[in-house]
Amino acid sequence: MAVAEKALGHAHGHLSGADLAKPLEYQDPHQSVRILGFWLFLATDMLLFGCLFATYLVLHTHTDGGPTAKELFDIPGFTAETFILLTSSFTGGLATLAMRNRNKKQVLAWLAVTILLGLSFVGLEAQEFYKDVLEGATMQRSAFLSAFFTLVGTHGSHVSLGIVWMFSILLQVAKRGLTQVTARKIFIVNLYWHFLDVVWVFIFTVVYLFGVVL
Amino acid sequence: MPDALRQFADTYLMWQEGPMIWISDVLILLTSIGIVATLTYFKKWKWLWREWLTTVDHKKIGIMYLIAALLMMFRGGADGLLMRTQLAAPGMHFLDAEHYDQIFTTHGTIMILFMAMPFIFAMFNIVVPLQIGARDVAFPYLNAISFWLFFFGALLFNISFVFGGSPDAGWFSYPPLSELQFDPGPGENFYLLALQISGIGSIATGINFLATILKMRAPGMTLMRMPLFTWSVVAACIVIIFAFPALTVALALLMLDRIVGTHFFTILHGGNPMMYINLFWVWGHPEVYIVVLPAFGIFSEVVATFSRKRVFGYSSMVASLILISVISYFVWAHHFFTMGAGADVNTFFAVASMAVGIPTGVKVFNWLFTMYRGRIRLNLPMLWTIAFVPCFALGGATGIMLAAAPADYQYHNSYFLIAHFHQVLIGGVVFGMLAGMYYWWPKMFGFKLDERIGRWAFWFFNIGFYVCFMPQYALGFMGMQRRMYTYPADMGWGTLNFISTVGAYLMGIGFVLIVAQVLYSIKYGERDLTGDPWDGRTLEWSLPSPVPHYNFAVIPTVTDRDYWWKLKEEGRTDELKPKPEDIQPIHMPKNSGRPFIMGVLFFVAGLGFVFNWYVLAVLGLLGVVVTLLARSFEYDDEYYIQPEEVEHVEAALGRL
Amino acid sequence: MKRTQLPKSNRVLALAALTALLVSGCGPEYLVLNPAGPVAREELHLIELSTVLVLIVIIPVLALLAYIVWRYRDKPDNKAPYTPKWSESKALEVVWWGIPVVIVAVLGYYTGKSTFNLTEPPQKDVQPLTVQVTSLNWKWLFQYPGQNVATVNYVEIPVGVPIQFELTADAPMNSFWVPELGGQEYTMPGMAMRLWLEADKPGTYYGSGANFTGKGFAHMNFTVKAVSQDEFDQWVKQIKSNSPALTMTGYEQLKQPSVVGTMSYSSYPPGLFHDVVWADGGRYMPDMMNDMTGMQGQTADAAKPNGAATDTAKSPAGDTSSMPGMQMDGGQSAGH
Repeated sequence: MAVAEKALGHAHGHLSGADLAKPLEYQDPHQSVRILGFWLFLATDMLLFGCLFATYLVLHTHTDGGPTAKELFDIPGFTAETFILLTSSFTGGLATLAMRNRNKKQVLAWLAVTILLGLSFVGLEAQEFYKDVLEGATMQRSAFLSAFFTLVGTHGSHVSLGIVWMFSILLQVAKRGLTQVTARKIFIVNLYWHFLDVVWVFIFTVVYLFGVVL
Repeated sequence: MPDALRQFADTYLMWQEGPMIWISDVLILLTSIGIVATLTYFKKWKWLWREWLTTVDHKKIGIMYLIAALLMMFRGGADGLLMRTQLAAPGMHFLDAEHYDQIFTTHGTIMILFMAMPFIFAMFNIVVPLQIGARDVAFPYLNAISFWLFFFGALLFNISFVFGGSPDAGWFSYPPLSELQFDPGPGENFYLLALQISGIGSIATGINFLATILKMRAPGMTLMRMPLFTWSVVAACIVIIFAFPALTVALALLMLDRIVGTHFFTILHGGNPMMYINLFWVWGHPEVYIVVLPAFGIFSEVVATFSRKRVFGYSSMVASLILISVISYFVWAHHFFTMGAGADVNTFFAVASMAVGIPTGVKVFNWLFTMYRGRIRLNLPMLWTIAFVPCFALGGATGIMLAAAPADYQYHNSYFLIAHFHQVLIGGVVFGMLAGMYYWWPKMFGFKLDERIGRWAFWFFNIGFYVCFMPQYALGFMGMQRRMYTYPADMGWGTLNFISTVGAYLMGIGFVLIVAQVLYSIKYGERDLTGDPWDGRTLEWSLPSPVPHYNFAVIPTVTDRDYWWKLKEEGRTDELKPKPEDIQPIHMPKNSGRPFIMGVLFFVAGLGFVFNWYVLAVLGLLGVVVTLLARSFEYDDEYYIQPEEVEHVEAALGRL
Repeated sequence: MKRTQLPKSNRVLALAALTALLVSGCGPEYLVLNPAGPVAREELHLIELSTVLVLIVIIPVLALLAYIVWRYRDKPDNKAPYTPKWSESKALEVVWWGIPVVIVAVLGYYTGKSTFNLTEPPQKDVQPLTVQVTSLNWKWLFQYPGQNVATVNYVEIPVGVPIQFELTADAPMNSFWVPELGGQEYTMPGMAMRLWLEADKPGTYYGSGANFTGKGFAHMNFTVKAVSQDEFDQWVKQIKSNSPALTMTGYEQLKQPSVVGTMSYSSYPPGLFHDVVWADGGRYMPDMMNDMTGMQGQTADAAKPNGAATDTAKSPAGDTSSMPGMQMDGGQSAGH
C-alpha cells in the first residue's frame, strides 16, 4: 500500500492523484490504466473467439460422414459444465465484492471456490473430449470436429490458464493482503473469468444447443 | 560421427543445395563470430545487457525497432534484387523455380511484417510519449516484451534461409498449397510460427499505445489538441486491435492442420481453404492501413513544420484517419473478387474499396493546402513528403481502378497489381517512414543526417522507383502474371522487365547511400544542440536532443494545439524549462531481463514446433508460463529518480 | 441482350484519355487493351472509365503540388503571401469531400452494373457451349460435356458462341485467365464456378494460370483457339476418331505433378468433373452444385442432337438428389 500511495502524483506518466471515492482497484491511476489495458486485451480475445466461431459456423456441417453434432453431444454433460462455469463466475464476482469490502478472508475463500469450480469444469470437459476421442471423434476425423475441438478447446485452455493465474493471485493476496495492487489483480482476473463465462454462453448456445436441436 | 554430421548438414543446413547456401552459411557464421568477438574485445557485453537487452525505455526500444527495420529492409531488398535479376530477361537460369518461390515469399513477408511493422513501431515508440508529454508508455515492461517477440519472430523467420529451408507458398500462404500435402518440410512452419510470435507482440503494442494515448496525455492536452501523428497512432492501434486476432486464428488453424493433422483448410474431410483466405484478408487488408496510417501522421507533422504553417483542416484530418480505419474493415473481399462471390457481394466490396479513396483524397488536398501560402523548406523529411504525394496519388488512383470489380478480373494476379501495391506501400509507407526517420533522427541521436548524401539517396531511390514500377503496370496490361520465375520470349515482356530491373538496382543504390549517409553522419553530421533543429511545433521539440531518460523533468500543461510553436511565437519557451522547485521524484519502471528471456523461450518453442520437436516446444512454452508467473509475483519493479539527479542532468543540459 | 454501353460521350472521353495515357502504345502485345470478345471489351470500358475518373483528381493534385511547391518555397525574396495561421476553409473542404464522393458514386454505379452483367451470358439468343475446366498441378484439363471430348493445355471454341466455363481444381487453387477474351476466375478445389467468355473473331489467344501453385506454375499456360462453328465441329469429329480416351487411370496419372504439352482425348470418364468437385468438398455447397448441375442439364439437353452427353449431365443430378437435404429444385441461386 505504501509504495502505491507514495507513487501517486509523481507517476512515470503524470496520472492524476488518487481518488479514494472510487472502488479500491481504481483508486491508484497506475492500476486503473492497467484495467483499461486489460479491457483492450479482452477486445482482442473476443475477436479471436469471434473468428473461431465463424470458422465453426462455416465448418459445422462438414462432417465427412463422421460423427455429427447430434450424435456426439451429451446433454447432461454440457449442461453440468455450463452450470458449474456459471456458478464459478458468480463466486468470482463474490470475490470482487469481498475485495471492495476489504474482507481478505472472504476474498481468499471465494477465489478458492472459484478455482475449484474451474477445475471441475476443466475436468468435465477433458472427460467429454476423452469420451469423444474413444468413440473415434478425433480432431483429424472431419473439418467439423477440427473446428469443434479447437473452439471449445481454446476456451478450455483459457480457463486452465485462468485457474493458474487465479491461484497465483490467491497466493499474493494471502501474502500481501488487500492493497490497491492486489485489488486490481483480483478485479482483472475476475474480469477475465466473466469474459470466459460469456464466451461459454455462446459456445453453449451456438455449438451445443444448436448442435443438439438442429 | 562424420555421417551424422553430414546428415545434419544436409537436413538442416541444406548443404547439398550448392554454393549460394554455403556462402550464406559461412557469412552468417563469420558475422556472428565477428559480433561476439567485437563485443568481447571492447568489453561491451555488460553494456549490451544493461543498456539495451533489458531496457524498458521507449526511446531505446524505438531505436532497436529502427535498426531491425533497416536490417530487414536490406534483407527484403536483397530478395527483391534477386527476383529482378532473375526476371531481367526471358528464360533466365539465375535462380530455379524453387529458390525463386522462396525468395518472393520471404520478400513479401519480411517487407510487410518485419520491415514495415517494426518501422512504424519505431516511430510509435520514439515519438508518441514525447508528443503527448508522458515519461513512458502505459506498460513499459509489456513494450519490451512486444519488441523481443517481434525480434525473435523475425530471427526465426530469417534463420529459415540457412536452417531447414524458407517458406515458399507466397506471403499470404494460401492453403491448400501451404498444407502439408503440397508443401512438406519446415519452411511453411517457419512462416506460421514466426508470424504468430511477432503477431502477439504487435497486438500487445496496439493495446499499449492506445492505453498510453488515452490515459497518459499531459494535462490540458485534449484529444483535439493532440498532434496528428499521435492521432494516426490511435487509428492504427484501433485497427491492430481489431485485425490482428484474425491473423492469429488463421495462422493457428493452418498450423494445427500441418502439425496436428486437423482439416480446417485441407481439401480432405470437409476442409475449406476459402475460410483461411477470408480470415487472412480480414487481417491483411486492415494491415496495409495499419502501416500506412502512421505514415499519414508523419506527413502531417512534416508538412506543417516545413511549411511553417498550421496543418490545414485538422478536424478533417482526424475524421479521415478514423474513417479510413473503419472502412478498412469492409473491403477485405476485394482481394478475391475472382473467387466466385456473388455479384452483390462483389459490388458491395468494390464500392467500399473505392470509398476508402475519399478520406485519403481529402488528406492529400489538406496537405497541399497546408503548404499553400506557407514557406516550404526542402529538407530531407519534406523532400520525401513531397515525393510521396504524386507517388501515392498515382498508387491510390490505380487502387480505385482495381476496386472496380470487373476491371479487377483483368488486373488480379497481374503485374498491374504488383505495381499498384508497391506504389502505395513504398510511396506511402517507406517514404513516410524515411521522412519520419530523417525528421526525428536528431531527437533520437542528437545529430542530423547529412543532407547532401541524403539528396543523392533520395533521387536514386525515387527515380529508381518509377523506372522499376511504371513498366510493371504495362506488363500487367500485357498479361504477365505475378510470381512467374521465368517467362517466354515471345510475349514481348522482355524489354519492360529489363527496364524494371534497372530501376530496382537504382533503388538498391539509393538504399546503400542511406546507409552511407548514416555512417558518415555519425561522425560528421551536424550536431543538434538546441533540441529543435527543424523549428518544430509539437512538444517533443521542447526537449533536448537526445532526450533524457525521464523525458520531462516537469510535465508541461498544454493549452493549445501546436503548443511549442505557440510558445515560441509568444516568446514563452522558458515556461517549459524546469524550475528546481517544481522538480519532484520521478517514478520510473525498472529494467528487466525477463522480456528478453521470454523472447528466447518463444523462439525455442517456435523452433520446436517448426521441426516437430515437441519436447523442446513444450519446454519453451512452460518457460513462457514461468516467466509470466514470475512477473505476476513481482512487486518491486519501479524506482525513483531523485530531484537532485534530475537537477544535475538538466543543469548539464543548460536548462536550469 | 446488349452488354452495358457507357454513355457515348463518356466513351469518347475515355478513349481519348486512354490513348493519351498509354503513349507507350497499345500494340498487340497489350493483351488486355486488345479485346477479342464482348467480355474483355466490357471490362476494358470499365478500365477506361475508371482511368478518366481518377484523372479528374490526379491531374489537379499533380498540378497543384508543382505550383505550390514552386510558388511557396522558402526563399528570402519570395513575395508570395504567407499566412501561417490560415488553417480552415469550409468551402474548400466541401469541394474535396464532395468531388470524390461523386466520382465514387459514378464509378460505383457502372461497376455494379458491369459486375451483374458479367454473370450473364454475353448473348442470350445463342445457345452457349459448356467447357469444364480443371486445373491440375501444373496443367489444364478441359472437358466438353456437350461433345464428350477432352483436351489438355489447349481449348478450341467456336466464334460468336458464348462459352460457359465451369471451373474447378484438383490441386491447389489456380486462376483461369485469357486476357484477350476477359478477366479471370479462380479454379478452386471443392467449388465449381462459372465464367462466361466469348470470342468474336477467330484467333489464338494466350491463356494462363494466374494464381501461384508451386514449382511448375510458370509453365502453366494454354492456348485458346477460336474458330468458326464448322471448323469447331470438324475438330470435334477429328478428335473423336483420332484421339485416345481418357480413362480413370489416365486421369490419375495426369493429376500427378508435372508439366506437359497439349493432348486430346476422344472421351473421358463420365461425371469426372462433378466427382472432382464433390470429393473435395463440393457436397457441402448444395446451392452452388444445384446451380451448376442445372446449367449443365440445360446445355446437355440442347446438345442432345449432336451426341451422347447425357450421362455426364445425369450422374451429378442423381447424386445430388440422393443426398438428404440436398434436393435439386432447379432454382438458380445467385451463388456464382
